[in-house]
Amino acid sequence: MIWDALTLQLGYNATLVTIGACFLGVAAGVTGTFLYLRKRALVSDAISHATLPGVGLAFMAMVALGGDGRNLPGLLFGSAVSAGLGLLCVNWLTRRTRLAEDAAIGAVLSVFFGFGIVLLTVIQNMSAGRAAGLEGFLLGSTAGMLWNDAMVIAGGGVLTLVLVMILRRPMSHVAFDPEFAASSGVNVARIDLAIMGLAMAVTVVGLKIVGLILIVAMLIIPPVTARFWTNRTDLMVLISGTCGGIAAWVGAALSASAPSLPTGPIIVLVSFAMFAVSLFLAPNRGVLAAILRHRRFQRRVHLRQGLLALAQGQPIYEAFTLRLLKRAGLALSDGVATEAGKARAAKALRDEKRWELVRADPLFESAAALYDGLREIETVLTGDQIDEIDNRIGGPKGVMS
Amino acid sequence: MTVELISDQGIAPDARHPEESPLAIRGMTVSYGQKPVVFSVDMTVQEGSMTAIIGPNGAGKSTLLKAALGIVTPLAGQAKVFGKPLRSQRHRIAYVPQRASVDWDFPTRVIDVVLMGLYRELGLLRRVRKTHLDKATSCLERVGMADFADRQIGQLSGGQQQRVFLARALAQGADLYLLDEPFAGVDAATEKAIIAVLKGLRADGKTVVAVHHDLATVHEYFDRVFLINTRKVAEGSVAEAFTPDALDRAYGGRLATAQMDRAAS
Repeated sequence: MIWDALTLQLGYNATLVTIGACFLGVAAGVTGTFLYLRKRALVSDAISHATLPGVGLAFMAMVALGGDGRNLPGLLFGSAVSAGLGLLCVNWLTRRTRLAEDAAIGAVLSVFFGFGIVLLTVIQNMSAGRAAGLEGFLLGSTAGMLWNDAMVIAGGGVLTLVLVMILRRPMSHVAFDPEFAASSGVNVARIDLAIMGLAMAVTVVGLKIVGLILIVAMLIIPPVTARFWTNRTDLMVLISGTCGGIAAWVGAALSASAPSLPTGPIIVLVSFAMFAVSLFLAPNRGVLAAILRHRRFQRRVHLRQGLLALAQGQPIYEAFTLRLLKRAGLALSDGVATEAGKARAAKALRDEKRWELVRADPLFESAAALYDGLREIETVLTGDQIDEIDNRIGGPKGVMS
Repeated sequence: MTVELISDQGIAPDARHPEESPLAIRGMTVSYGQKPVVFSVDMTVQEGSMTAIIGPNGAGKSTLLKAALGIVTPLAGQAKVFGKPLRSQRHRIAYVPQRASVDWDFPTRVIDVVLMGLYRELGLLRRVRKTHLDKATSCLERVGMADFADRQIGQLSGGQQQRVFLARALAQGADLYLLDEPFAGVDAATEKAIIAVLKGLRADGKTVVAVHHDLATVHEYFDRVFLINTRKVAEGSVAEAFTPDALDRAYGGRLATAQMDRAAS
């Protein structure tokens, strides 16, 4: 069943929804990357909630003009206009008043959403039958999706993708260093507007499938997931788009394979699963990698301290240090150094003296900058340099491990 | 047309036409809210010189640079670059912002940051080719950072970050270099590397303007100074404008006497 859904063999409607969702997922992941890099992720929440009054008003207008109130392009146009208005409100409040952006987002989001709910309630009461489906814009509803609807969604997704590809360079410049971008002639305000406008386009296009409440997840979770895997903007855009596309495809297929699974929320959950895996397992930036790195560092510190204690004939009180020394064959369980332990301890003590000289001498400044208390001095200085320092220290030569 | 000749030591031949100055600021006033940070400031930068902009914290040094570059919108006043409006001369300006002004955890590599300096060449869609990479790499070499090209920028020390910013400015291939506190919080090796590059630029006939904090190194690094404390306090060669009296006016007597003696000696 699920395999049928994944390979688009589950009927016409399921296929339409899956393909439409996939385009939307890629566009959202790619656009969301720039929103995230510009640290404006939450603005998308304001944009999405601001679409609702537009949906209601567009419905009313189309009915008043004698048309079909549920015409998707018409409803999306209405939502785009009111989302744009909401975006301008956030911008204006942030720039012209003392309100910070988070407060402006909160105010705009709640007021627009409240107004939208009022309109929806009015519509339901004035023509109960024909309004059916309008609430679907809150959480998405894919049940009665038509060929035309799917085309609108896929077309919108592709157009957004193309625009992002054209503007990716100035957008990443503005996200990294807006002042430098401005100095080299980039119109920062216009690029910011473009980033927001693209996010708005994705939101509007995604209303039908995931709904306005959850579209934020499609814009934010894929870039956050991608950030775990790469340190490059271009790759991050690629990974984020792929994650978004896969999550949407799998999510839509899952929801089509069972009768009562809602499409939008399932897409978000699949997206979250990918995020969770990345959070724990990603190399370098993942939680597990960080824990391992910390443990390794801790072991090095303890070992070093233990060796210095051995060299100076001090007792070792910490059980962990003793255990490490024992395991490395440097000390016996009563804390007495083995032959190997004595040699390593002498070397450690010698290195401390060497570092002391290196750090005091401006000649070795760049080497001294690498001092962290643990680094082996051979990794920083050449043999000749170490010999020279040993000459200055005096005493036995050639203490190496 | 008669040209007013002002006798000044170290004057570059073509700086006699003030309207041809690499950077001529007139009546510049910038305010955040109701409080002017820069008030009616005139500044004429001489071609081929190295000028330090000096003043206490909050005196409007960085703001003056940003207003000259059009990064902040001034309340009044204008800046001309090589005698022409800024808009038509952007390709002749390079800018090094304060290192702390960006997020260094941004997902980008050192070489990508330097390539940003080539934005005017690359534009929206042109692909990054080997010639661009070579150019960026040679800029990294000039600041001694070529080995770091593939590093993520978050792995760099403060001094290395500053050198990467300078490399990005070098990639812009400009005639006028504006730097905002290039020596703030960097190690001595970096400071040496940066000043060597800047002096190299001057030797090539380029013009350098830097916001500078360390009064002790002004004599060694710069040939001209511009003292500011919201208003212009003094402008001229180090010998004539960097005087205890001018410093006292710029810092409003807040400068410790010891530091002033050291600086003016």
